[in-house]
Amino acid sequence: MKEKLVLVGNGMAGIRTLEELLKLVPEAYEITVFGEEPYPNYNRIMLSPVLAGEKTIDDIILNDEQWYKDNGITLHTGKKVATIDRLNRKVICADGTIAEYDRLILATGSQPFVLPLPGNDLDGVISFRDISDVDKMLEAAQQYQHAVVIGGGLLGLEAANGLMKQGMQVTVIHLMDRLMEKQLDVQAASMLKASLEERGMQFLMGAETEAIIGQERVEKIRLKDGTELYTDLVVMAVGIRPNIELAKKARIHCVRGIVVNDTLQTYDPRIYAVGECVEHRGQTYGLVAPLFEMAKVCANHLAQHGIGLYQGSVTSTKLKVTGIDLFSVGDFIGDDKTEELVYKDEASGVYRKLVVENNRLRGAVMYGDTVDGAWYFDLLRDQTDIADFRKSILFGQAHLGDSGHGEENRVAQLADSAEICGCNGVCKGEIVEAITKKKLFTLEEVRAHTKASSSCGSCTGLVESLLAVTVGGDYSVAPHLKPMCGCTDFTHDEVRATIREQQLKSIPQVMQFLEWKTPNGCGKCRPGLNYYLLCAWPDEYHDDYQSRFINERAHANIQKDGTYSVVPRMWGGETTPAELKAIAEIAEKYKVPTVHVTGGQRIDMLGIKKADLPAIWGDLSKAGFVSGHAYGKAIRTVKTCVGKEWCRFGTQNSTQMGIELEKMTWGSWTPHKFKLAVSGCPRNCAEATIKDFGVVAVDSGWELHVGGNGGVKVRATDFLCHVKTPEEVKEYCAAFLQLYREEAHYLERTAPWIERVGLSYVKSRIVEDEQNRRQLAERFLFSQKYSQKDPWAERAQGEDAHEFEPIVQIV
Amino acid sequence: MQSVRTEKAQAWVKVGAIDEIPRLGARVVKTAEYDIAVFRTADDRFFAMRDECPHKQGPLSQGIVHGDKVSCPLHDWKIHLQTGIAVAPDEGCTATFPVKLEGDQVYLSLTPNEGCPNQ
Repeated sequence: MKEKLVLVGNGMAGIRTLEELLKLVPEAYEITVFGEEPYPNYNRIMLSPVLAGEKTIDDIILNDEQWYKDNGITLHTGKKVATIDRLNRKVICADGTIAEYDRLILATGSQPFVLPLPGNDLDGVISFRDISDVDKMLEAAQQYQHAVVIGGGLLGLEAANGLMKQGMQVTVIHLMDRLMEKQLDVQAASMLKASLEERGMQFLMGAETEAIIGQERVEKIRLKDGTELYTDLVVMAVGIRPNIELAKKARIHCVRGIVVNDTLQTYDPRIYAVGECVEHRGQTYGLVAPLFEMAKVCANHLAQHGIGLYQGSVTSTKLKVTGIDLFSVGDFIGDDKTEELVYKDEASGVYRKLVVENNRLRGAVMYGDTVDGAWYFDLLRDQTDIADFRKSILFGQAHLGDSGHGEENRVAQLADSAEICGCNGVCKGEIVEAITKKKLFTLEEVRAHTKASSSCGSCTGLVESLLAVTVGGDYSVAPHLKPMCGCTDFTHDEVRATIREQQLKSIPQVMQFLEWKTPNGCGKCRPGLNYYLLCAWPDEYHDDYQSRFINERAHANIQKDGTYSVVPRMWGGETTPAELKAIAEIAEKYKVPTVHVTGGQRIDMLGIKKADLPAIWGDLSKAGFVSGHAYGKAIRTVKTCVGKEWCRFGTQNSTQMGIELEKMTWGSWTPHKFKLAVSGCPRNCAEATIKDFGVVAVDSGWELHVGGNGGVKVRATDFLCHVKTPEEVKEYCAAFLQLYREEAHYLERTAPWIERVGLSYVKSRIVEDEQNRRQLAERFLFSQKYSQKDPWAERAQGEDAHEFEPIVQIV
Repeated sequence: MQSVRTEKAQAWVKVGAIDEIPRLGARVVKTAEYDIAVFRTADDRFFAMRDECPHKQGPLSQGIVHGDKVSCPLHDWKIHLQTGIAVAPDEGCTATFPVKLEGDQVYLSLTPNEGCPNQ
């Protein structure tokens, strides 16, 4: 018989937990849900736009009644659970309905705090929490003129804005001398106040309410200083309290909220709690992102899957008032140990302040332009060392080298027809529609449904901003630590460390040891694991053929029509008449439809049938060519200029250097593609400063540059160091490559890797630590002994023949 | 490569020995009209479907096989090997064909299963 699972609280946290659970084990439990409100689950954070008339109730329903039916869930709406009988494991409703449970989830949310004032029970005195409150406000707006909102926090201002949009005259009464004091500093708060005043909102700051006065309905309110205000509606928005009444009555341990452990269990292990009613490590949360993180962990535990732990969340705040952009995260006030970085342009309405301790972000507050909020949030959560870009950090991520977009990043102002994802041709309108119609909350969901940002990923920031704008401010960019893929809860770094420490030497071993959730992984994790293993055990690991992408299996690039392209290696971009003749003859012999010169100084033959590949390679081998690895996550090309030999400006024999670097590095597999270049002088004709490893010859030796790339997001290299001799260039190059190979995540290019770990770190390992550099270089050269085999020659001689021909031809 | 002549579409065609198809891999059967991919899972189940992703006709035989699905090499759609149906939220379906084993030989029927528009 199935176990019985009862959920008390039909809101976002509880239902999200069920959704996560049903994804993992659809049949495990017989599920019953109790909700006090008469509606199915709706998106509570979108109540403000409903009040403002920008959305309807139907727009914000997340799970309609059909969803409950489809998933075999018994739903009781409009029923309040009165007691939990823990001994006999059942819940009892006020109306006598009883449900037995094996496991119970409490998701009772929170309650608005009602000020203990005389008159707080009069008609027209309400809070702002659920659909019925919104209905009352909309009704009042039809009949009356004046409204007072008590509380100038997030919720209060959203309520005031909504009422104003409905035509009422609104005064906000706030106890403190600045608005949203928990989310904003003095400067941002005063800019916000000015902007709201411009829209017609009135404020009484530092004011305390003494009484609400009226016969049956509220007529006026009186402040402590004696001031009286006539009003027809009072909205109290002075804070929320976790709703723990039921749990307390059942003698479950509560402090401010229901106390839970890292698997979201209360002191009664059969009873879980998620959402706003929870107190975890002394923290309570009122935003949606932490609730969803909790839901995931709780569902994992209920499904008896793996090792998910909830370790608390860092949250950020955005105000859902159309046209006002503000953002804050972490500790944005600081103390005597912190420093402030401030950018302020009052005339343009832009303000940002970062609070920094030991070159790590502790908090941020932004007003006016919040595009970079997600980036600051990332830096804070990952505790990235910002020393390397501290001087430009206030100007935002665009200043870190992206030379394409900049100003266009203001998603909110973009037209619906503006293209967001250039790879898949997805416009803003389509993304917004998918988010609203399909109720999407996470980047992964938007990717799955629209394909936006699912290819090259350069528009990820834009899509995240759109999500934030569309679903409401408290959308969080990502969970705490990103697992490698859906098949595991472990991160890239954890998987790599385990491979080394536990001496795991095959993909099945890794999957078994780390309890992979899928029988043989997926198209994302298998190529990654294969790479991690071959990097860790170059002399022992047996490459897993079926875990390679097709390009690396076929040693050629698949094209959109299923044909392939072939790029032979030309050392340092230099060739000979004999080589060119050989290529010309081969291209004619196999009727190659297109011959193209690539950006990496190679010749690309396109449109080749898969079955012809081994024969072409055989002919290329005879002419002395080896694979150019233009298809792999591997060393691609070393681009050079003609150097000192010919050029009147050349300072060193840079072409020879390029050839030697390519002979040293070719054949190596890397986390992502890796390109090099060597220029003979600072005029830099080989474009070395947009390569993963770039060398620029100068009169006194060689400048080494790292972490550049062209392509979707142009990034100029960072200067690594200056060296004197060709031997040093090669040693530094090998060491840098090996550090990247050993520590970057699979499919992470050098540019984002360096931005993640910091240039200072790379320098500390390669420039400042001579012994470490030597060891890295040695490990690289050791692994090269096993990887410098020409895959084309092997296949021309019959290896993997099955890859290239059909098994049967039916005529 | 073998060349096989068939008269009736209903007939079972011998594809080859089990070991000619790699685990977590596929081989292609060429017919006059189109290619058919024959897949082998990690636990030695065999499936056949038209070698065309419902999205942009990518050759599914070249994809990575995991569990009972294959990821298309062009745009990473995932297709169920048994049904030919794309994993949601993607929508689409490619024709599947009956496969049977006799001893260590794999046989394929050229009459597609009902249900998909491109059968």
